[in-house]
Amino acid sequence: MSLERPDTTDDAALERTPDELEELLGDLVVKRDDHLNAPGFVIRPDTVQETLSTLKEQAGYDHLSVVSAQEYENRYESIYHLKKFDDPTQEVSVVVPADKDDPVSESAEPVFRTADWHEREAYDLIGVEYDDHPDLRRILLPETWQGHPLSMDYDKDRPQIATLPEHANPLQEHHKDSESDTMFLNIGPHHPATHGVLHLKTTLDGEQVVDVEPDIGYLHRCEEQMAQAGTYRHQIMPYPDRWDYISAGLLNEWAYARAAEDLAEIEVPEYAQVIRTMGAEMCRIAAHMLALATFALDVNGDFTATFMYAINDRERVQDLLEDLTGQRLMFNYFRLGGVVWDLPEPREEFFSKTRDFLDQLPESVEEYHNLVTSNEIFQMRTIDTGILPPEVAKNYGATGPVARGSGVDYDLRRDDPYGYYDELDWDVVTEDGCDNFSRLLVRMREVEESAKIIEQCVDLLEDWPEEERNIQANVPRTLRPDDDAEIYRAVEAAKGELGIYIRSDGTDKPARFKIRSPCFSNLQTLPEMANGEYIPDVIAALGSLDIVLGEVDR
Amino acid sequence: MSSDQPFITDESQVVTETRDARMTGQGDRFNSRLREAFGSSPFILTKFDKFLNWCRGSSMFMLQFGIACCSIEMMHTYAVKHDLDRFGSGVPRASPRQADVMIVPGTIVSKFAPRMKRVYDQMPEPKFVVGMGSCTISGGPFQEGYNVIKGAEEVIPIDIHVPGCPPRPEALVYGVVKLQERVANGEAAPVTVKPYELEEFSDLERDELVDKLADQIDEDELVMRYNFADSP
Repeated sequence: MSLERPDTTDDAALERTPDELEELLGDLVVKRDDHLNAPGFVIRPDTVQETLSTLKEQAGYDHLSVVSAQEYENRYESIYHLKKFDDPTQEVSVVVPADKDDPVSESAEPVFRTADWHEREAYDLIGVEYDDHPDLRRILLPETWQGHPLSMDYDKDRPQIATLPEHANPLQEHHKDSESDTMFLNIGPHHPATHGVLHLKTTLDGEQVVDVEPDIGYLHRCEEQMAQAGTYRHQIMPYPDRWDYISAGLLNEWAYARAAEDLAEIEVPEYAQVIRTMGAEMCRIAAHMLALATFALDVNGDFTATFMYAINDRERVQDLLEDLTGQRLMFNYFRLGGVVWDLPEPREEFFSKTRDFLDQLPESVEEYHNLVTSNEIFQMRTIDTGILPPEVAKNYGATGPVARGSGVDYDLRRDDPYGYYDELDWDVVTEDGCDNFSRLLVRMREVEESAKIIEQCVDLLEDWPEEERNIQANVPRTLRPDDDAEIYRAVEAAKGELGIYIRSDGTDKPARFKIRSPCFSNLQTLPEMANGEYIPDVIAALGSLDIVLGEVDR
Repeated sequence: MSSDQPFITDESQVVTETRDARMTGQGDRFNSRLREAFGSSPFILTKFDKFLNWCRGSSMFMLQFGIACCSIEMMHTYAVKHDLDRFGSGVPRASPRQADVMIVPGTIVSKFAPRMKRVYDQMPEPKFVVGMGSCTISGGPFQEGYNVIKGAEEVIPIDIHVPGCPPRPEALVYGVVKLQERVANGEAAPVTVKPYELEEFSDLERDELVDKLADQIDEDELVMRYNFADSP
């Protein structure tokens, strides 16, 4: 079956029991602190690099999903959630406590490049300091911000000052000789090609990019604080829609639903899972259509053709989603334990509308291939530009179409199955080009795979016996998961691995709610793809990453 | 032209007529049906201001300005199906210096507010602002956020608020058309209650915070000071 992974005989792919791992780490482990999803090892703050490199080199844990930091009454804590790209069900958490008065722990950046931004974020919001970190500054908040907003003693009413700095050339000192000719170029935060409010500090040498530094935080809307202030049952669910707002709402809701359902041990009825799967794939199509539209806009500058065509197809999907959920963009359709309501009546009409859409989709995709991918100018702009080798992609924790465009065969829908995906027949799309073109091609082919999934779901739903249409499990009115239960769960969103870490404290609100955003990690790869290339290729590379700033900044 | 000739093979007649019309300045190429509707008089009588406002309202250039979720619905408003251009206001301009109207489509956070103020200042007068979505009204679902400005009106004046999270494209179209009506009627924006201003750091009132940041920020750097305690 297509869903099975190719056989690997590599030693690193061997699954080890928690006890074997503890033996491997030996004296590094201070004690065990298991999470619901993975064994957790508490280590000393000065052995982070040693522990992580042992796990990476000898046990094959090559994917640092996220670093979640938090403050307790008596300590700070950073948790490194590790996985394997080859088998993401093998997880391990490395827990690093830090002193309450002087929270310093060693940086993981030399082992995993992706830790760079994650640790900066932890420093910014929580206040943990990382020794040996190359560039520990604030990342989401203005650099002049006072206090760390997710720490315990933060006063959110205090006045703050934000600056509008004049940007100096960051490489000036190194390029003072008369021969070099560098120029500083600000792209964004208000610029049509940055897909929102991203700011790129770019240094050019002639027409070539010497250095590009993404400056984010222009849409940091305190999503984690909002989730921590809401109750599990109903108050958190509206927010995921607003992380990745490119119509990927149901995919995001699923991330929260999955984490919270596993935390509270809620079983979702099969019928609801099929509806979820269908809705989520519709969202994926809508999201990829916009990615295609804006990418064509960035690269071809062809506002009237491809953009309008893709938006037209998006409108059709949005119509279907509106029929299903009642909203065009912010669906708020999932509930813990199921979905909020059944398919719209009359069901036949909905099914035939969906089928009509699926029937015309191959023709549309063909049209996009004629318009975009077989366009010679487009090919010149995208083939062999923005190269991201697979090893670099893994090191940065890139996931989703970005990783799959570099040949990394990683898709949580297959590798860590949830919903109804493992019962359906579909393929994971990968391309080996590692360039801008491959990433676009992956998205376009994924649209076709999504259509296959939707079609099978529609068939299933059509034949579902009327008395078994159970859309919600029985969930208590107030959810209070066990005290100090911790879980990290991820789903495959439109942009990649979207994960949620929740720590409960026995109340009806999460004590810590951490979002692992795929775009945050994917955007980190931009300098790797852009440095040394021409300036138009930076824009193409950025477009092919398909970031959405609501999710980068959260 | 004789009737036994089924189609024109000689185009010279058409060419000659067009050329003559251009050379002599005669012909009725410029006279539209609208002109005919006015009847025999080539003059209309109106106030200059009224005429100019009518022109302004009928041809608005939007600023291409995306912030958050609402910008996705804004794109749909510009694109096929909803097509804001039908109302004479659908051509987004990439530069604020060429734009009349700014749609503020999303949540304003502390880091972005100075930038938005700068973009607004760069637009030539007369300029108008449509606040799109709940976030520009009050901060919307993120109002409690430590970093969120409680409404765009704390930074710039807003002419029309379109509620919704996000508003449907139809709602935005309605808001823009309402703005056009207001502009055509010559109604100005209300004065904002409490704008956060961009000012030089040295002009700030000295207090504990300013003293603390004095060694980090240059005297002439532009800053925006937020008083979150006074926000609604």
